Amino acid sequence: MKRKLDILKNGLFKENPVLILVLGCCSVLAVSVTVLGGLGMGIALTFVLVCSNVVISLLRKVIPDKVRIPCYIVIIAAFVTLVEMIVKAFLPALYESLGVFLSLIVVNCIVLGRAEMFASKNTVGDSFFDGLGMGLGYTMVITGISIVRELLGSGTLFGLRIIPEGFQIGIITQPPGGFFTFGCAMAILVAAMAKKGKKFVPPVGCGGDCAGCGAACQEKEAVK
Amino acid sequence: MNGLLTVTPSPHIRSPRTTRSIMRDVLIALIPVVIVAVVYFGWRALLLICVSGAVSCLCEFIWEKAFKKDITISDLSSVVTGVILALNMPAGMPVWELIFGDICAVIVVKMLFGGLGRNFVNPALAGRIILFVSFTADMTNYTVPSFAPDALSSATPLALEGSLTWADFPSLLLGLHGGVIGEVCSLAIIAGCVYLCVRGVIKPIIPACFVGAELLFSWLFGAANPVLGVFSGGLLFGAVFMATDYVTSPLTNWGKVIFGVGCGFLTAAMRAFAGSNGAVSFAILIMNLLVPYINDITRRKAFGGVKAK
Repeated sequence: MKRKLDILKNGLFKENPVLILVLGCCSVLAVSVTVLGGLGMGIALTFVLVCSNVVISLLRKVIPDKVRIPCYIVIIAAFVTLVEMIVKAFLPALYESLGVFLSLIVVNCIVLGRAEMFASKNTVGDSFFDGLGMGLGYTMVITGISIVRELLGSGTLFGLRIIPEGFQIGIITQPPGGFFTFGCAMAILVAAMAKKGKKFVPPVGCGGDCAGCGAACQEKEAVK
Repeated sequence: MNGLLTVTPSPHIRSPRTTRSIMRDVLIALIPVVIVAVVYFGWRALLLICVSGAVSCLCEFIWEKAFKKDITISDLSSVVTGVILALNMPAGMPVWELIFGDICAVIVVKMLFGGLGRNFVNPALAGRIILFVSFTADMTNYTVPSFAPDALSSATPLALEGSLTWADFPSLLLGLHGGVIGEVCSLAIIAGCVYLCVRGVIKPIIPACFVGAELLFSWLFGAANPVLGVFSGGLLFGAVFMATDYVTSPLTNWGKVIFGVGCGFLTAAMRAFAGSNGAVSFAILIMNLLVPYINDITRRKAFGGVKAK
């Protein structure tokens, strides 16, 4: 159980998909203008991630290595279609505000990245918790960023007015504000981790495929 | 110096000129513009200028204290940033919005990138653009000096450029029209430019190329009266005080020519095809970003050296 909890926590902080692995930023920047949109996107992605991780992990011994990516995409696309239909049926307003980014979960690098890096090599239970951790990590970040952006940019939270009209900073709701908030969030997480004494190792250039990697690396032993 | 022998690569040129003396000259050059602003727009203009200069300084001080760096506010560069930013505001700008602009200019654009000399664009300019994008309504709510002639009292001259005639030229030159507090009086800006050139703080290449190219291209793009266009809007102020920033303009003379012409071309194009508000600022901002590349292609060949491939 300890291991499962570690996998879950891994996605939340140490390997946070958005702020540390820097995956799936496109949707974070685009959808984080309102809290409702950000939260909805996070939940949708978490659902897809958990389901696709579990199914891919179940089928990991069946899927031929040469055609694995198309197989993952088919599985992911199935769940995304499911989510899309549910959201369209029950939350049409959210469907409108998420727009194309809901369908784009199919090609979200977090989902495909976890399928390739984790679910295809680990047991069903581990993959479930990895998907849950990564999804919650994503949800946490996108919700946090969208709280800041909606509060400062539009003066509202969940559509309720908090800051009176006339004191909004318009640029925060626009792309530059998105990048700026994103950068600040990243800096805060890295600073917090540095303060806790954890060495920050930027995971640049490493896809996590330790088994097929010949290079010497301090992370390698830890994974084994 | 701490008495140790400091060995640095050549050239070993000594100059009495420091960042502080240059910035002091820029402030002196801004005095006519500030006086005109206060005379035309009243004490509120002075309030904006003072608050902005002070807040910019304070931002730099707090940042350097917080990160235990050397305090560099005495080089006056933050004051210059703050004053130039304030001069880019219409007189009715709310003070808290201006303070937000100062914080963005000094902390985000300058200090986050490592302080003076490492800012990738002109801080005051970036501050202006951030305010312009954030508070478009306040930023384009131009105030008109109370004693402006009727023909010019409605909007900025740029907005009614088609209907301007040579008869309006004297009031344009004196700045009796709507606009941000620093840009209206062309004569004051030209006086500042002459002072800076005489003191050798700036070379007239960038302003001249900027204005010349704007004239040429707005004529090519079919502006009604290109000469009046030069004296209305923020063109002169931008060309003299913002495009000539040392950090964000090219090093060589040919680089400065390319930079000035590029600014002029973009300004003319934006004024002709996109809408006049903020054309000068966006033009300089874009050229600021291209400066490293301009420096690369205009690098001088060392004596006896081979041109770098």
